[in-house]
Amino acid sequence: MVEIIKIEHKPPWLVILNRFSGNKMGIVGTVLILCLIFVAIFAPLLEPYSYKEQNVEMISEPPSFSHLLGTDDFGRDLLSRTIRGARISFVVGVLSVAISVLIGIVIGCIAGFYGGVVDLVLTTIADLTWSMPAILIALLFVAIIGAGLESVIVAIGLSYWAQYARLVRGQILSLKSAVFIEATKSMGASDYVILFKHLLPNSISPVIVAATIGIGNAIVLEATLGFLGMGAQPPTPSWGAMMSNGTAYLFIAPWMIIFPGLAMMITVLGFNLFGDALIDIMDVKNRESI
Amino acid sequence: MSFLKVSDLKVEFQVDKKTITPIENISFEMNEGEVLGMVGETGSGKSLTAHAIIGLSSLVGGKIGGRILFDNQDLLMLSEKNMQSIRGSQIAFIPQNPMTSLDPVYKVGDQIVEGLYKHTKINKRKAKQQVIELMGSLRIPKPESVFQQYPHQLSGGLKQRIVIAMGLCNNPRLLIADEPTTALDVTVQAQIMRLFKEMALERGIGLFLITHDLGVIAQVCDKVVVMYAGNMVESGDIETVFNTPKHPYTKALLGCIPHLGMKQGTLSAIDGNVPSVGTYPSGCRYHPRCMHSFSPCQNNIPELMQIESGNRVACHLFQEKNDC
Repeated sequence: MVEIIKIEHKPPWLVILNRFSGNKMGIVGTVLILCLIFVAIFAPLLEPYSYKEQNVEMISEPPSFSHLLGTDDFGRDLLSRTIRGARISFVVGVLSVAISVLIGIVIGCIAGFYGGVVDLVLTTIADLTWSMPAILIALLFVAIIGAGLESVIVAIGLSYWAQYARLVRGQILSLKSAVFIEATKSMGASDYVILFKHLLPNSISPVIVAATIGIGNAIVLEATLGFLGMGAQPPTPSWGAMMSNGTAYLFIAPWMIIFPGLAMMITVLGFNLFGDALIDIMDVKNRESI
Repeated sequence: MSFLKVSDLKVEFQVDKKTITPIENISFEMNEGEVLGMVGETGSGKSLTAHAIIGLSSLVGGKIGGRILFDNQDLLMLSEKNMQSIRGSQIAFIPQNPMTSLDPVYKVGDQIVEGLYKHTKINKRKAKQQVIELMGSLRIPKPESVFQQYPHQLSGGLKQRIVIAMGLCNNPRLLIADEPTTALDVTVQAQIMRLFKEMALERGIGLFLITHDLGVIAQVCDKVVVMYAGNMVESGDIETVFNTPKHPYTKALLGCIPHLGMKQGTLSAIDGNVPSVGTYPSGCRYHPRCMHSFSPCQNNIPELMQIESGNRVACHLFQEKNDC
């Protein structure tokens, strides 16, 4: 009789956690992201002052004990604004990437699965979007739907979908000829079942990795749009807008531009480190140890 | 009464504006509860024949000719939707490699249940119960715990049993197994083959077995079809074909099997290789390698003929006699 290979039954999250613990950069990234999430959620409780309260007597003050990161040209506390900015960045990053991934998955699935003319048309559209700078597409959308936080989210979502579409299409194409798909088909499964129950779940892990790194990119794009005055409208503090505001005082009050910049750098670094660690962990070649 | 009747099956592909026909002139019949073996070298069109019967993906872009009568309905005339309802319920297919035939992201039990759901109206608990029973009857040890496992946690033999269970879960009438034991080692092969034979006898399933292993054919099959380069060269009852092979290729194939107690240096091999699709020689496709080839072999395609012993053979050696 054939023996069952004995496997210790660890829940999948524990396996992933174990593999994460060997990756120092991954831990740093995870900690940075957790900090960001914490700050974003508890922003109102963490802010020492209101983010929009102006104080004429405290304009452009350097960092001090009462204002740890100094104040801006309206006398607003920079620490409070940077903390509130984390919330904006996080929301924009996650939601816009969610939009991109959703569009990317749908288009990638259709292109990869049906092939032929459909594939050609969709791939061409994706390539065209891909070849234009994301900032240009985002600016175009913002110009059409108007400035503001919601339109920035939609605009970023619409400018980054092409990479996910290509990723999903490639995965679907290579999986389409897998024997288990043939087996599923021979059981009488419909296209819908094959595509969404078998092809998609098997092609999702590189998308998760790309999306994680994509959140970092989206945050930078949001800051860029904010810098150009297209993002969240004042007094909502976005890191990009804060930095844009600070350029005028670069030599008088450099802290106005340094601290939001640092906050953004750390956040993006966190997502990139986390994404890199995910690549190592989800890499099929390292998978034997599951 | 024959419930699967394939006649003049032919598959054509367009490659670079050239038409190639990987399989041609395939005709055979099989009855319920019968095991039909199809044997041939790699590239002789065995898998393609199976795929043509069930209408699978490798045929995309191909043109299928001839008739495939299953219960007196022509499968080639059915719409994709009707074909989907036949696949898995009436005709089940077991693909070549059990190692890659299971979706890595689902528990094996759920994959069998999925197949069951597709064709049978049944509630969840009952379906699970039924699948576990089926797994038990296929001698899967501790079916309850195997049900909960992922494909990578199982050995090859167990995976093959799971794949067989997927094929059997809807009580199909015809089971097509495409080299089901190639990826397994010999001891497991024997168990799986015995299992197949039992299934065919107990459930009255017609089993269409594709293999390149003559030993397997001899063990379990009732009838055999010998394929060469996309053509049928010989077919008939297993005893007739094995005891009195007529076609030179069948003879040569049987001569290649080593026996216990053979003297050193007596194991023969067939010279040359199977021609690849598109480079098939004219006339009888076997003639360049055939020891008995003579003038008609080069130009005329031999037809499949019934001869006295009961075999059907496509060879000029026998057609000459009939003509006289």
